[in-house]
Amino acid sequence: MVNATLRGPEVLGIRAVAGVVRARQLVRAFAQECRLSLVEQTKFVTAASELARNTLVHGGGGSMTAAMVEERGRRGVQLVFADQGPGIADVDLALTDGWSSGGGMGLGLPGSRRLVDDFSLDTAAGHGTTVSITKWAR
Amino acid sequence: MCRVASEGIPARLTALLSARGADLGVSWADSVTASLGGRITRAEVERELDEIYTALVAALGRGSLDARGEAFGEVRALLTELSRNRARQGFSPVETAVGVFALKEVLEPSLSGADGDVEAYLRFAGLLDALGLFTMEVYSRTREDLISAQAEQLLELSTPVVKLWDGVIGVPLVGTLDSARTMVVMEKMLQALVDSESEQAIIDITGVPAVDTEVAQHLLKTVVAARMMGAECTISGIRPQIAQTIVALGIDFGDIVTKATLADALQHALRRSGVVLTRTAPVAGS
Ligand SMILES: Nc1ncnc2c1ncn2[C@@H]1O[C@H](COP(=O)(O)OP(=O)(O)OP(=O)(O)O)[C@@H](O)[C@H]1O
Ligand SMILES: [Mg+2]
Repeated sequence: MVNATLRGPEVLGIRAVAGVVRARQLVRAFAQECRLSLVEQTKFVTAASELARNTLVHGGGGSMTAAMVEERGRRGVQLVFADQGPGIADVDLALTDGWSSGGGMGLGLPGSRRLVDDFSLDTAAGHGTTVSITKWAR
Repeated sequence: MCRVASEGIPARLTALLSARGADLGVSWADSVTASLGGRITRAEVERELDEIYTALVAALGRGSLDARGEAFGEVRALLTELSRNRARQGFSPVETAVGVFALKEVLEPSLSGADGDVEAYLRFAGLLDALGLFTMEVYSRTREDLISAQAEQLLELSTPVVKLWDGVIGVPLVGTLDSARTMVVMEKMLQALVDSESEQAIIDITGVPAVDTEVAQHLLKTVVAARMMGAECTISGIRPQIAQTIVALGIDFGDIVTKATLADALQHALRRSGVVLTRTAPVAGS
């Protein structure tokens, strides 16, 4: 699918709140370098913030891998959030607006899906969670 | 495990490093200076490496190859200092660890050749790998400390609560709004509402780079707390990119009034508190 990697991959540990902050900063840098518009940058950084916090809060910590990629002449930023946490037993439920297992708004996962171009979720109860997202420059 | 041979290795390495000390040191410093792209002077690099080199030879002289062992305490202390400095000066982790890994490359020709001491080289390479990893570890710990120190500074950076009008206070937010900061902001705002006997508060988020579910939840909680005290909040400074993101995320601010600019919010707050603003012809000369 992806033809070339233009920058990265850069891996960042998400083990504390500081990791979430750094994830946002790194994603902002990638998005700017990829020349995403301000609206697209903001959407992408916000999605990254949600997924990084899920990795920390629900997944018990993990990592984010960022890369600038090229596919059929277009550039994009690809992020992979991975943790070895409890996984998600009911994916449909987790992707439902307003559903949260804790005291959250339950919008992080479904909302970030709406904020990006490509979204894929790979998880199973007891096997950790991996979420990959991509935003393409227009 | 071949005890006899491996016991001899530190001695063999010490001999080699001491015999070739000067020119190894020069190639090492060359390689490191080049990789740092002139951001640290050659003299500085030489001074750092010289100390590490001496400590390394001394540690090997004590017959040890264990990077985490007692004999290497001095080496680790020097590497810790080096990593901390590099992290503070903004060098990357790779640029930091290169100081250690470069020595491996410098030594390779003299140890790994046909008549070289391959066993000694491999053990030495393993030792340097361990020291390189140690350097990276210290580097990332330093960066993390720096970041949390900055976060604390930000928290302490007093969030000003300003009086905008009789009965109207303003809270300009700048930066990220995490749980700790929200607590500070909320307390200050509620106290200011009481102290100034205000019934209107404007929370301005022009300086907040992104509003995600966490920030939104904190904002909502603050508004609810203000309401419990009989005050109304208006959220202003919602820039177009933030508005679009909030909508796509699906966040609903309910009946909370939001405005694009602080001026709009002030006008709204004044109207709610019964103040009527009228425009008259400008007074000439005053
Ligand atoms: N990495 C993960 N590991 C395990 N469970 C997860 C993970 N990410 C999400 N979940 C589950 O999916 C649910 C929905 O996630 P979502 O981000 O939408 O809501 P939330 O995190 O609870 O609240 P918020 O709206 O503040 O993000 C979570 O409550 C959690 O149970
Ligand atoms: Mg979430």
